[in-house]
Amino acid sequence: MNLSTLKPHCGGGMGALSKTEASLELTGDTVRCGGNWTLDGISKLERQLDKFSCSKAISFDGSAIETMDSAGAWLLFRTQQALEKAGHSVILQGFRADHSDLLHIVTNYAADIQSTMPPPCDNLLEKIGRNTYQFFNQIIDFLAFVGESFVVLLRALLSPSRIRWQALFANLYSAGFSALPIIGLLAFLTGVVLAYQGGSQLSQYGANIFIVDLVGITLLRELAPLLTAIIVAGRSGSAYTAQIGTMRVTDEIDALRTLGIAPMELLVLPKLLALIILMPLLSAFADIVGILGGMLIANLAFDVSVTDFLDRFPQAVSLTNYLVGIGKAPVFAAIIALVGCYQGFQVSGGADSVGKQVTVSVVQAIFLVIVVDALFSILFNWLGIGLIK
Amino acid sequence: MPIETVIEISNLRTQFGAMVIHEGLNLKIQRGEIIALIGDSGAGKSTLMREIILLEKPDAGLIKVFGLDVLNLNEKQCLWLRRRCGVMFQQGALFSSLTVAENVAVPLCEHTQLSKRLIDEIVAFKIALVGLPASARDKYPAQLSGGMIKRAAVARALALDPEIVFLDEPTAGLDPIAALALDELIVRLKESLGLTIVIITHDLDSLWAVTDRVAVLADKRIFAVTSIRELTQLDHPWLRNYFHGPRGRAVANKYKKIND
Repeated sequence: MNLSTLKPHCGGGMGALSKTEASLELTGDTVRCGGNWTLDGISKLERQLDKFSCSKAISFDGSAIETMDSAGAWLLFRTQQALEKAGHSVILQGFRADHSDLLHIVTNYAADIQSTMPPPCDNLLEKIGRNTYQFFNQIIDFLAFVGESFVVLLRALLSPSRIRWQALFANLYSAGFSALPIIGLLAFLTGVVLAYQGGSQLSQYGANIFIVDLVGITLLRELAPLLTAIIVAGRSGSAYTAQIGTMRVTDEIDALRTLGIAPMELLVLPKLLALIILMPLLSAFADIVGILGGMLIANLAFDVSVTDFLDRFPQAVSLTNYLVGIGKAPVFAAIIALVGCYQGFQVSGGADSVGKQVTVSVVQAIFLVIVVDALFSILFNWLGIGLIK
Repeated sequence: MPIETVIEISNLRTQFGAMVIHEGLNLKIQRGEIIALIGDSGAGKSTLMREIILLEKPDAGLIKVFGLDVLNLNEKQCLWLRRRCGVMFQQGALFSSLTVAENVAVPLCEHTQLSKRLIDEIVAFKIALVGLPASARDKYPAQLSGGMIKRAAVARALALDPEIVFLDEPTAGLDPIAALALDELIVRLKESLGLTIVIITHDLDSLWAVTDRVAVLADKRIFAVTSIRELTQLDHPWLRNYFHGPRGRAVANKYKKIND
């Protein structure tokens, strides 16, 4: 790095500023060292020294060295040691008092420095084994957490005085009411998209009125609950992980325990209850707004009037479809809340870990929601629920 | 050896909103000394340190470090200055996702073009220098005790062989044995590497054991800069409370006995 531009500002006595690199000059049996034996100066020298060769007896003359820091001193010592090991005899001479002091200090720590073993590299098999082990451990851990949560939930339902109402209402507000605009907007747009895409196909056959079936069934049964779950996982699931994770980093969780407050009851239960109450409501809200979006497009682009639409709706979409959709919502809610809280408790260490667990939490929650949704579809298919009107 | 001033602060004024922290503050710090900064909590000790190390800007006044006016620096000068100042923050501020060795290696990897082998060796040297066992090298900050975190933070501050080291409450929250060891480390660093060390501390033991001079920050300015022995003789209400309370007296008697 060129720092010579700094020099004029700094006056005399600032040898460290000059950008002369460390140098070596071999004449006869003497190596004349010069320049700056500092972090900045020795990078080229290091490579030079690795290929250094000389006669049997050699002396290093350090009288021309301008500045030296511990890195430079160590490099010199290392070279001296390597040469001695190779059977040379090495003498250091002419070093300034402060430089030889530094050499002395570094020499004292030589054993510590050289005992450093590079940390063992994991081989592939070990990595696979470790990850597999961790993966199954995590599953068992998570199941234990789910079990514990439901015990707490059951106990709270049996004696409602255990429920922290204030925390519950705060969660209802932040995860539910505050999410209305974004869920409404996205559901509306989904309805619009469905009506457009479906309508353009159906109108080829003059079957415009079936837009009602398409929009109604897909939204009520599948898309509205799924969409709501994904937004809630992104909004609230991540927040749960971050909150609990940060509390773990700062030992607040342990503080709660020592104060005789069960973290499960204070932190997990209100979140779990709030989401279980909220998700069906949010899902129903998404149903309504989504249908409105579909109705608007059907009316504007495909000549299905609002009256026709509403007329057709009860015939096209059975109550079962609506109930199936709403019924899935609390299950999704439980998944999101439990994964969010569990990942929060998994945080260990510092800020870095919080970020990692939040990512894991959102990805896992959305993944599990979609998997469970697919399982529901298969299950309902077997049971023959809602497929035939 | 001529006395060389490495930090010079004159007529400094700092205020947060309507609250004035420093007013007409002057201080000179010389090369190779250990100087402690004492004062009430909230008197602006840490703020003063943060202003010297370019983390905050004062409202008026002049701060010169190595003759450079820190309020008028270009990018290169900034970097140059930062490389010559090592800082240990109160809580260590180690990067939690990196091991101790990686923490110490960060500045070396960032600012030098040395080989990995040499960097590893320099890191090992710094870690040994601050008295951490080799087993601590590959541990994460969360796995370390308070004393070890502070040592690791000192090792990181020393990574680039700085000329000035700032230590913010190095012994706070440590047990007496760890605190004593850290005090010894500070003195050893000054003597062996010729460092200039600026300490913010409340530890009376440290004040007696390690400092060459003590600067007292009271009434928004540096009220006195002198050796601790002379400081105890001064007549100032705050100093009286500080040094002549039961704790202050006990420590003072101990060190006076040792020195006499």
